[in-house]
Amino acid sequence: MCTYQTTTLPVRGSGKGAGGWFPVTDATVYFDHPVHAPGDHTLNLDLVNPGEGPGARVAVELDAASARALAHAILETLDAVPEALVAGRA
Amino acid sequence: MRAETISFTGAGGDEIEGYLAQPLDRGPVGGVVVIHHMPGYDEPTKEITRRFAAMGYLALMPNLYWREAPGASPDDAAATARRQGGVPDDRLVGDVGGAAAYLRGLSSSNGKVATIGYCSGGRQSFLAACSLPLDAAVDCYGAFVLNPPPEGSPLSVGPLGHLAPDLHCPLLGLFGAEDQFPSPDEVAALDALLTEHGKAHEFHTYEDAGHAFFATNRTSYRPEAANDGWERIERFFQTHLAG
Repeated sequence: MCTYQTTTLPVRGSGKGAGGWFPVTDATVYFDHPVHAPGDHTLNLDLVNPGEGPGARVAVELDAASARALAHAILETLDAVPEALVAGRA
Repeated sequence: MRAETISFTGAGGDEIEGYLAQPLDRGPVGGVVVIHHMPGYDEPTKEITRRFAAMGYLALMPNLYWREAPGASPDDAAATARRQGGVPDDRLVGDVGGAAAYLRGLSSSNGKVATIGYCSGGRQSFLAACSLPLDAAVDCYGAFVLNPPPEGSPLSVGPLGHLAPDLHCPLLGLFGAEDQFPSPDEVAALDALLTEHGKAHEFHTYEDAGHAFFATNRTSYRPEAANDGWERIERFFQTHLAG
């Protein structure tokens, strides 16, 4: 099925897409059919900059277990570094 | 057969991209507007468009995401459209109406046009059939015809049940029993609503199939359901698109 479950949020940083590096301003997280990954449904993450056009996108499609592991790894990594560094701007 | 990218006039007089496939050895014949799924104007749906030409129909798939993402790859365009809430209903009707007019204007047209849509396009095929003078319509597992999108959905569209009295043409519906969008209950409710309004329709639900059972490039592909569905579509169009 199409789950249609989608979350969008503003982000700040950079991503490397087909045209090289660009500033990312928005993220879309959704659980739906992948374009490329095997499997019927994947956790899909788009890091984009709408101001630079549809091609300014870093796309990731992960199976659910991988996505959870990645999310935990991100949080564990952030928790492990000194607060003063995390509080700084990207 | 010739298949090519064209430009035609859609909603609001906008020139939008379309993928046209047409048989070269026969005519006059009917036309089919192919309404792509949420993943967009992609290669698998172009293949479906060519299949209709191989069946003997003029087939045109509008790029419904052309305005948001002209020239973008289909997946980037679909991601952009998802963030923006999908295709507005009034624009969809204008684009499909423009595609139908383009097909009717071809020298090999017999003047008849049907729509077929998959996934979000299934709902849009129903919407078009309630809004435009078409000769037939096919809804392949379109969700949110009666029920609103769930919380967290990127789609900014509403239910269409109130349009059922306006359905202009026979409707063929093909669904999977294991699908939740649309669920078998929603399909049954639409079936009952169309019966109540005396609208010609033919619904089939495949027990061993879920959403997107026609999609040969996905694990959701169910050959038995898809093969039977294609045969039903072919018979349906033979009946309603004959000159």
